Amino acid sequence: MLKLVAKSPAEGLVPIAVGAMELNEVVPAAITSIACYHGQSAALSAALKEHHGMALPKTGQATGRAGARAIWAGPSVFLVGPEPDADLSNHAAIVDQSDSWCVLNLKGADVEAVLARLSSVDMRLKSMKKGQVVRSQLQHMNAIYHRVSDDSFDIYAFRSMAKTMVHDIDRAMRYIASRA
Amino acid sequence: MRIPCPICGERDRREFYYQGDALALNRPDPDAGDGAWNDYIHNRDNPAGVTCDLWHHEAGCSNWLVVTRNTVTHEVLGAELASKVKGEQE
Repeated sequence: MLKLVAKSPAEGLVPIAVGAMELNEVVPAAITSIACYHGQSAALSAALKEHHGMALPKTGQATGRAGARAIWAGPSVFLVGPEPDADLSNHAAIVDQSDSWCVLNLKGADVEAVLARLSSVDMRLKSMKKGQVVRSQLQHMNAIYHRVSDDSFDIYAFRSMAKTMVHDIDRAMRYIASRA
Repeated sequence: MRIPCPICGERDRREFYYQGDALALNRPDPDAGDGAWNDYIHNRDNPAGVTCDLWHHEAGCSNWLVVTRNTVTHEVLGAELASKVKGEQE
């Protein structure tokens, strides 16, 4: 039987370190889209709490912690990390998205300057608090930004565009570093 | 041009996809007759002044919005969720 070699979305593209900044890949065990059925948000939130220890995040927010998070993703919520409990499907449409996203962590002292080169949304550290989530663009493609710590953001973009994503972030990091 | 998305806040126009006149929300009854359907499909006003369009917040929350703007001054007057506007009509 042929055995295929599994590769992470950004394998061979990161890590990258430039100036005060680093770009690393985050590889969640699973990413699942959870689209709440009409009128079920309270029940879904209770089920998420019971099985995964986190409430349903509100608009522009995330709950949970590293390794098991729920992040707002527009029409649905992404469960990032754990395999979804079967009970969730009583309250929401569950779709496996594990192989659809490339997740990179951008970290360092210049993080807000680098983000300002990637998106038109105000993601300065004083405007966007820890645990907040923004859906916007990364240059010309759609992306999700989640501030996870004092100086780092997880960025989600389409796996098929991983090389573009790394290229765009890498270029922004180099421009900022060259101005220092 | 910036559009005040009710979910995401004020965002750049590049995040949105333009669909057309918000008249599209007022779909006639299937039996409304050729005249009503002809109007619905083909005829649009071209106002010099306030107009309402459908925009999709494609690179944001993925909601459809009804954006009110002024074609003369290019002023954006407001935006509401299309689902809410439609809900109020029914």
